[in-house]
Amino acid sequence: MKPLGKNGRKKLEKVHIRLRVNGEETEVAFAPHKTLLEVLREDLRLTGTKHGCELGECGCCAVLVDGRPVLSCLALGVAMEGHEITTVEGMAVGTELHPLQQTFAELGAAQCGYCTPGILLTAKALLETNSRPSRDEIKEALAGNLCRCTGYIKILEAVELAAARMAGGQAEPAKETIYGWE
Amino acid sequence: MAGNNGGKRGLRVVGKPFVKVDAKAKCIGELKYADDLFLPRMLHTKLLRSTVPHARIISIDVSKAKAYPGVHAALTGADLPPITYGALPVSEDEYPLAIGKVRMVGDPVAAIAAVDEDVATEALDLIDVQYEPLPVVTSIQDAYSMPEPRIHEYGELGNIHRRQVYEFGSVEAGFAEADHVREDITFYEGSTHLALEQHASLAQFSHDGKLTLWTSTQDMHYLHRHLAKVLEMPASHIRVIATPNGGGFGGKCDPFNHEIVVCKLAMVTGRPVKICLTREEVFYCHRGRHPVLMSTKTGYKKDGSITAMHHRTILDGGAYGGHGVASTFYTGILQPTTYTLPNYRFEAVRVFTNKAPCGPKRGHGTPQPRWAQEIQMDKIADHLGLDPAEIRKQHAIAPNSITANWIRIGTLSLRQCIDKVVAGSGWKDKFRKLPHGKGIGIACSAYMTGTQTPIYYNKLPHSGVQLKLDRSGGVCVFCGSAEIGQGSDSILAYIVAEVLGIDPFDIRVVTGDTDLTPVDLGSYSSRVTLMTGNAAIEAAERVRHMLREAVSAKLEVPGERLSFADRRVFDSQNPDKGVSFVDAVCLAEEKYGTLGTTGSYKPPAAPGKYKGSTIGPSPAFSCTAAIAEVEVHPETGIVVVPRVWIAHDIGQAINPVLAVGQIEGCVYMGLGEALMEEMTYRGNRNLVHKFPSFLEYKSPTTLEMCDVITYLVEEPDANGPFGAKEVGQGPQLPVPPAIANAIYDAVGVRVDEIPLTPDKVLKAIRAKAKGQEGRYGPSVFPTCPMPPAMVVPTPFQGGDGKALEREPAVSKK
Ligand code: FES
Ligand code: FES
Repeated sequence: MKPLGKNGRKKLEKVHIRLRVNGEETEVAFAPHKTLLEVLREDLRLTGTKHGCELGECGCCAVLVDGRPVLSCLALGVAMEGHEITTVEGMAVGTELHPLQQTFAELGAAQCGYCTPGILLTAKALLETNSRPSRDEIKEALAGNLCRCTGYIKILEAVELAAARMAGGQAEPAKETIYGWE
Repeated sequence: MAGNNGGKRGLRVVGKPFVKVDAKAKCIGELKYADDLFLPRMLHTKLLRSTVPHARIISIDVSKAKAYPGVHAALTGADLPPITYGALPVSEDEYPLAIGKVRMVGDPVAAIAAVDEDVATEALDLIDVQYEPLPVVTSIQDAYSMPEPRIHEYGELGNIHRRQVYEFGSVEAGFAEADHVREDITFYEGSTHLALEQHASLAQFSHDGKLTLWTSTQDMHYLHRHLAKVLEMPASHIRVIATPNGGGFGGKCDPFNHEIVVCKLAMVTGRPVKICLTREEVFYCHRGRHPVLMSTKTGYKKDGSITAMHHRTILDGGAYGGHGVASTFYTGILQPTTYTLPNYRFEAVRVFTNKAPCGPKRGHGTPQPRWAQEIQMDKIADHLGLDPAEIRKQHAIAPNSITANWIRIGTLSLRQCIDKVVAGSGWKDKFRKLPHGKGIGIACSAYMTGTQTPIYYNKLPHSGVQLKLDRSGGVCVFCGSAEIGQGSDSILAYIVAEVLGIDPFDIRVVTGDTDLTPVDLGSYSSRVTLMTGNAAIEAAERVRHMLREAVSAKLEVPGERLSFADRRVFDSQNPDKGVSFVDAVCLAEEKYGTLGTTGSYKPPAAPGKYKGSTIGPSPAFSCTAAIAEVEVHPETGIVVVPRVWIAHDIGQAINPVLAVGQIEGCVYMGLGEALMEEMTYRGNRNLVHKFPSFLEYKSPTTLEMCDVITYLVEEPDANGPFGAKEVGQGPQLPVPPAIANAIYDAVGVRVDEIPLTPDKVLKAIRAKAKGQEGRYGPSVFPTCPMPPAMVVPTPFQGGDGKALEREPAVSKK
């Protein structure tokens, strides 16, 4: 959030636009320099989208724009008209969690949970284009999402488990994932 | 099955992978962190921070900023009482806003509360501060050579903040018994927590005169005390709510200036006031790993047993005390807890420099000395032609023993941990047998499960739990612990569910609120599971007793025959005869009136009686063995770690999947510190931070993270709840030295300085190729005048835990 100008306020007129967020049309008015992150969190109070830097460096703020992961701290809100935005709040269907949300909960892949929304959405986008990604493909897809708690391992395992379940299996986590090795 | 000991012991909840109580809220984006809170009429705060590392403040003019449209208040140090605060009572050296001088780039000088962040930021540009620059202390060397100007008026000598000298037994006698003596000088660079959540706080001052602060803090209780002191308000009129932390790792333990400033601004403006730090500001809050220069002189026999160690450390503390005096102790005091060490002397010095203050980061002060000893052990084994895994196993400290410095060790399955990783990694087929460029290395550690003493002296419980039950059958657990992602809320639910025979899902957990919850000291020093767990057991057992009495009267079955399981209370000899848990609660409410119990926990006294002996002792010690495999590129010096095997003695996993997750997180953080993380400054350019951003401060991504093979070793400890010991910090300790030792196995060079970056590895490789010593690392250990040691006879000498009279003032080398 940079100053608008050193010598006093240049108050910019708010723009009034229509956004499609999580399948719902919504109208919102905000200052035109606001990022999608700020519009989501401050104007729509969708605080599930997090921020760790607001500089495009951590991946916390990732949302889906037309199904593709976008760092919402680098996208302008005004550029989002006509696009379909998905945030973590839009992943569950009714009370039914998305399989990724379910496996992240089961495996403790959300420790502090702060990186989780960005990672869930990035992983969702991956699984939509590649339903059974290899471990390396998952790593590649999530390389821009930092997590300081988990060492990523439970995250990778949770994505694999969700992929297996979404492919129709009754997949259970490996014994070692839960209890460690013999 | 390893990690499944709970089942074997007949436990129904403990030891099972129950989903965390807050997992779903985290996965659907519902959980509210501090910056997710919005209140009507809320103002936003920005801090004007010092642009110079060390200066006297000549003047601050906020008049233009105050008049700026949209600004509601502008504060400077003069607007707050001139009262200092700081994490430890011995070094309360911080002001919420600078008074008189600034001590680092990033010190807050003024604060603005405005209608939004943009206006607040614009107003900062209108503040005029005149500085008179002072000479800058950039390093340990500077601090030793520049007693003036002093960064602080207190401290021991010029810019030397603290000196500690202890001798347990006699190192001279120990060295005389040794077959060999070697000294290694090593360095461990500072690094930062880098929790993804930027610190945020929201304060509200209501018109009844009471203050509420929601904040991302690990240590709500201590913060509560500091707020009362600095704001000159009774603590009972202040409510602190620790919001779930988006990662802590020690970085949210200290009371912070911004927390006090938003409170003051809320009091001045009468409106809620929020601040969320930028990532760059988080780097200036820091309190992370101290850079530590170490000299470790060790006497050893042909069989690898250690006869004595003289360990010296110098910590670059940065601009403030913080937890630094404790960090300083920890660079020495836990050294004797891993291998048998009959004679031990440590000398530690902490200096002030004009950089962001250091403090507690995962492992608090102990990863550095552990690194020093573990890479030295590797050299000792190499010198003696012994297997470094074997030598560790042979000399691992015995369970149920007392160390030279009077720390009582309970269960400690270090030998078993070593066996696990040796077998799992195929160590015997790999060590010194892999092709050039590939290598394998081992290291071990032990770590405390909470400290025996609170941060300020008192005889009160360290942790309290209250339980409320009512006729709905609902059970609510109240505890002052702070959930930082480690799962502390869930641990309370699991433990109460186990004792009462219900499901964790039946329990509501309320934590981290000074108005609602009994005191817990906070999420630091790996204390939470053990201390809140024991308090929760006590509270739950008390209410179970009430339920038992009530049901016993109703069913006419002796109380001791009643079992609690599957949401029922029943006759263990005739399980069909029983009542539901809900009915049991109703019967008890009928018999006793409104139901509520409390439990509390205080650690047992430690055997040491000398001054300083309260730092180090812990109710229980965990231990870890780790083996790392590396690939070193001989032409670039790039080190890749494909895999780490790690075995951790946790006593009893309360939830194995969370325990494994903690260990994986420790390996990750150890890997980052080993290979890339550095908190460094531009000495020639105003001492600004080199990389105050995620992009430039390198940390491992999914692509650098290694595979981790985790083994949980479970031998319940009598002091832990259901036998549990810590898991959140200890497993990080052996990772960096295991990697350094593996580099030696791969390419035959020693890099005695963390991080093990390619340039250092390459320099060592090149030196070796030229026929010089294949080593990179410091070779000089500066000295400063040291006070006489406190000499304490060891238990092996028949000591009583007390110190002798001080030895005469001679500086030992
Ligand atoms: S907030 Fe860090 S990438 Fe957007
Ligand atoms: S779970 Fe804490 S940062 Fe990923």
